[in-house]
Amino acid sequence: MEQVLDLLITFFLVIGGVFGLVGSFGLIKLNDPMSRLHAPTKATTLGVGGVLIASMLHAYAYEGHLSWHELLITLFLFLTAPITANFIAKAHIHRHETPGTLPLAGGDRKWATHDIPPEDQEAASPADRG
Amino acid sequence: MIAYAIYFAAGCFGLAFLMNLWKIATAEGVGDRVLALDTMVINAIALMILYGLANGTEIFFEAAMIVAMLGFVSTVAYARFMLRGNIIE
Repeated sequence: MEQVLDLLITFFLVIGGVFGLVGSFGLIKLNDPMSRLHAPTKATTLGVGGVLIASMLHAYAYEGHLSWHELLITLFLFLTAPITANFIAKAHIHRHETPGTLPLAGGDRKWATHDIPPEDQEAASPADRG
Repeated sequence: MIAYAIYFAAGCFGLAFLMNLWKIATAEGVGDRVLALDTMVINAIALMILYGLANGTEIFFEAAMIVAMLGFVSTVAYARFMLRGNIIE
């Protein structure tokens, strides 16, 4: 039993380390800002998840009780990683894209970052209207 | 066996940390820098948990939790600043 738990802890630690490394390597290697967004938000989160699972198993094997702190951190990271990715993507659309360079949003309106609601049309500058 | 796995994982995350620093120094846009900073915070959490694992203490979980929350809030604040030009309207 001890041996199996040791193997599992080692497995999760190695997997976590490899995924963390791949995530940060992708941040350097990929050549488009929006593809660069994928590597850290997905691979690195999985890497930290692996380390946290290994830490849980370690507490169970060597201190005799299953600790739930790690699950809390995992849950928090899994919740916040998509939110930060969405925010950074919105900032990219706001700074570097125009309605012409994006694919159609469907319907008869533009993407939400560029879209100005009808009631705010007068307040917007002429360049933003269109 | 576990000790070597911890060394391996710490080496991987340390290397990842250096890659993020390199990206922050050489990125051409602000968005990339914010993304690299966010990744750096996640790698710091992993390193902190590995340190706690190696020393057999649980005190670092609280620190990791706080760093996770601060990292999220700071990334949102940076993205908000890029989007709007101010943070609290």
